[in-house]
Amino acid sequence: MIPELGQISLILALILATLLATIPMYGAWKNNERLMALAPSLVIGHFVFALMAYLVLTVAFINHDFTVTYVAMNSNLLLPFAYRLSAVWGGHEGSLLLWILMLAGWMLAVLMFSRALPTVYRTRVLAVMGIVSIGFLLFTLLTSNPFDRILPGPPDGQDMNPLLQDPGMIFHPPLLYMGYVGFAVAFGFAIAGLLGGKVERDWVRWSRPWTLIAWAFLTAGITLGSWWAYYELGWGGWWFWDPVENASFIPWLIGTALIHSQAVTEKRGAFPAWTVLLAIAAFSMSLLGTFLVRSGVLTSVHAFANDPERGLFILGFMTVITGGALLLYALRAPRIMAGEGFDFVSRETALMLNNMFFAVSAGMVLLGTLYPLVSDFMGWAQVSVGPPYFSAMFILLMTPVVMLIPFGPMSRWRKDEITRIAKPLAISAVVAIVLGFAIAAYLGAWSARAITGWIGGLWLIFGTFSYVRTALKGRRRGLPRHQIGMIMAHAGIGVFVIGVAMVSSSTLQRDVRVEPGQTVEIEGYRFELLEVVPVKGQNWIADEARFKVFRGDRELFDMAPQKRRYHRGGQVMTQVALRPGFTRDLYIAMGERLNDDNAWSIRIHIKPFVRWIWGGALLLALGGLVSASDRRYWRESRAQARKPAQHAGQAGDEVPA
Amino acid sequence: MTPTRKKRLAVVMLILVGVGTATAIAVTTMNDSILFFVSPTNVAEQDFPHDRRIRLGGLVANESVKRATDSLEVNFDVTDGNHDVTVAFTGILPDLFREGQGVIAHGRFDTQGVFQADEILARHDETYMPPEVLRALEDAGHPIEASMQ
Repeated sequence: MIPELGQISLILALILATLLATIPMYGAWKNNERLMALAPSLVIGHFVFALMAYLVLTVAFINHDFTVTYVAMNSNLLLPFAYRLSAVWGGHEGSLLLWILMLAGWMLAVLMFSRALPTVYRTRVLAVMGIVSIGFLLFTLLTSNPFDRILPGPPDGQDMNPLLQDPGMIFHPPLLYMGYVGFAVAFGFAIAGLLGGKVERDWVRWSRPWTLIAWAFLTAGITLGSWWAYYELGWGGWWFWDPVENASFIPWLIGTALIHSQAVTEKRGAFPAWTVLLAIAAFSMSLLGTFLVRSGVLTSVHAFANDPERGLFILGFMTVITGGALLLYALRAPRIMAGEGFDFVSRETALMLNNMFFAVSAGMVLLGTLYPLVSDFMGWAQVSVGPPYFSAMFILLMTPVVMLIPFGPMSRWRKDEITRIAKPLAISAVVAIVLGFAIAAYLGAWSARAITGWIGGLWLIFGTFSYVRTALKGRRRGLPRHQIGMIMAHAGIGVFVIGVAMVSSSTLQRDVRVEPGQTVEIEGYRFELLEVVPVKGQNWIADEARFKVFRGDRELFDMAPQKRRYHRGGQVMTQVALRPGFTRDLYIAMGERLNDDNAWSIRIHIKPFVRWIWGGALLLALGGLVSASDRRYWRESRAQARKPAQHAGQAGDEVPA
Repeated sequence: MTPTRKKRLAVVMLILVGVGTATAIAVTTMNDSILFFVSPTNVAEQDFPHDRRIRLGGLVANESVKRATDSLEVNFDVTDGNHDVTVAFTGILPDLFREGQGVIAHGRFDTQGVFQADEILARHDETYMPPEVLRALEDAGHPIEASMQ
């Protein structure tokens, strides 16, 4: 009986979303206060029912209700409690439910924290998000209902994919989805602006913190996914240019361009139309990502068992949302305010370059990701595009970005002198080059890649901090939060660049055959295999290889990688042994048993500075959040509240397209 | 032309040149890093590019996996039901590599006609089958094997 409550909740949420997308929207058009006043309660109701559906599914997992097909497919009696909670989004249907819940949550947040917005405008934002929600609710109910039953239920369920039974995987999907779905807010603001025929600086200022928060979540989600792939897949890589990774990376690239172009539009009023277009693109790419992951059209390490009908639905939905948004854009773009002019040497130019590089990068990744699909569809050939393409493109496009980043904050709006900017940065450049060579020499990493990596990374870090000195000059109080966030993020890229350069240039990897008693020596580390013993967990059994690690004659620590076999489904999985460190990780993964004497194939990595990759990326995410918390976004939007009537009056006169 | 227009023109030209260069480089790089999918039947019919790395896909034939006991060498056959191709690989196989399961191998043929793989891919999920492999099995007239495994 309880699962049916979930089903009913979903249907009710759909009805409320439909009402939200129509009645208050109509009210906003006719400037009818009473109809618009319905929006808040509809948003709250929508959230409550989405939450209810989600909780019902969670309860089904906790109680092992195997009459629910989705539970039977993704859980079993042996699954530990924490994983039963995360198993809710371990499969396709549940992850959609999570998506819906988050969208409802974002809508609620907009309702609560944007009280200061003019009513007409806020109503439109919420109604547009309501339209998005309709699409996803319909998708869930029609093609992927998590509450479908099998009667009589099986005595025990299948298994949650063992790869997902991991702490990293508990948080990766929710964070990623928070980011994906969060771009729906920026999208809603953009469309609401177009609907009202007014895209102005106010609009951009209101949407900036939301975009920043969504972007920060997306960054954190991608980072966590990369970290998970690193220790869970047993290959020791941190990024594979896998189509599904790309699917999350494209919105990130567009989102990065968006937060920068929003800054220009808000501060200077330049490129307003471009900012709107990016907001549409960021969310469309999130939808495209969902389509790619869910439709099974891609050969990917992430692909779940899929069916094409679902893909078609999302493709159709995407066409409606993106197509509709672009049509509206085409009709309204001439009415968007004209941008203000600027000189060649100015912060506008710097940010324009940022946008150019990030947009082109997104295009390149998109091209490489979609090319196999297009080629197959056109009947040319079945191909796949490998990492060399992406790496080459990325190094080409991101090198100028790394070189230019410190110039951005340093330059003034509208008009500046190159000499004024160059002077303080020249010192940073010299220090970065000297120190870069010195550190590379000290580490013995004498490859072009390692050296350029250190120079580039240090240049970013010093260049960014030299801005702090300039910015603090003549200021009595400290820097505002949005600048602190920016500094953290830019320095974070520096840390990231160093990590990437060191890992790609100086990783040591050895695949070896080892018997108990044998020793493997790599770069001064000695790994001695003592024994291979069977061990047991709550829902798995494993062979565990016990290693002792020495450096010279000094005994350091024990490491124990495992080869697990899960009871249900019998899936085999490698559990990596990791010894993380500030400047290097030791990494051991078991391959397979080679003979009866317990000889195993073993993979040993020494990965220098690999933590810096995720450390840098987390600094980026944190920087985004700190920026978003700046009071000016929230305070000034409150100040707008004092003159809502004026806005409402103007907007109400507009005739929608 | 006014100075502003000149500047704008310069910016537009700069963007065009940049995008043009990037596209040209993208197309060339992509050409080099594209992997063509080849099924065992394609191999039997000699219907594949001989001079480059390819992506071979099919099922791991039953009872074909042979491991060396003193090194990491492994040999196995990839089949689509009609034809078999022998694959040689040195290294650690993925967890989901198993006889009767779908597999994808990247590499080249040596002069003896053995496929020397440098990368073996199997997937995260037991029930998952690479779409190309599914299609290759269908084309070879053995679609059932795929859905039964």
